[in-house]
Amino acid sequence: MADGDFGNAKSMSIIVTKGSLDWAYPPFILGTTAAAMDLDVTMFFTFYGLPLLNKKLDLKMTTLGNPAMKMPMAGMHIGMPNIVSALPGVDRGATIMMKNLFKKKGVASIEDLREAAVESDVRMIACQMTLDLFEMDRKDMIDGIELGGAATYIDVATKSDINLFI
Amino acid sequence: MADQTLNAEGLNCPLPIIKAKKALKGMEAGKVLEIRSTDPGSVADFAAFCSQTGNELLSSNTEGNVYLFEIKKS
Repeated sequence: MADGDFGNAKSMSIIVTKGSLDWAYPPFILGTTAAAMDLDVTMFFTFYGLPLLNKKLDLKMTTLGNPAMKMPMAGMHIGMPNIVSALPGVDRGATIMMKNLFKKKGVASIEDLREAAVESDVRMIACQMTLDLFEMDRKDMIDGIELGGAATYIDVATKSDINLFI
Repeated sequence: MADQTLNAEGLNCPLPIIKAKKALKGMEAGKVLEIRSTDPGSVADFAAFCSQTGNELLSSNTEGNVYLFEIKKS
């Protein structure tokens, strides 16, 4: 597919700005599902979303400052007070718990969803500015991605039926 | 009678849709794919998937805890 040439198919773009274990899900779920529904999908990875393109993913999450997060535990739903979230090891524990929960509920891993995105020809653009800013290396990232900036994204967005910022 | 069956039991959103799409990709037009899912969300999702992709949802049934769909590839 040539740049911006979407033909007659419907299309969707997503700006991916968050790279924690929990927030990595919405863009990859929507991106892969839209591709499965025959939409042309472009994902633009910027700021903390950019590490989601690294070959090796080691996603983590934090319970800090997230009062809506209630984990099912022993028949109850447990939230985490900020003062506890700040203790060493709590984030690591929460990350392990969340990964176990995904597995138990049959939710795909981010690695699997990203592979599905690659297989279904989702166009993935890495933000060049973020790459420079955080001194990241293109060589650490998966194959098949492009580099681009704001103008590249705007060009895609003007031609897309759906544009999301996550 | 379905030409191919996909067992998506135990899988959660969006895996049943993604696996169904993969299976349909390898099938000829007019062939029927049967899908078995335990995700309650898949009832609405397979209807939406078919309305968007043009594949025909021949049937959508429930058998105990299992949701059964038959999709004819367009």
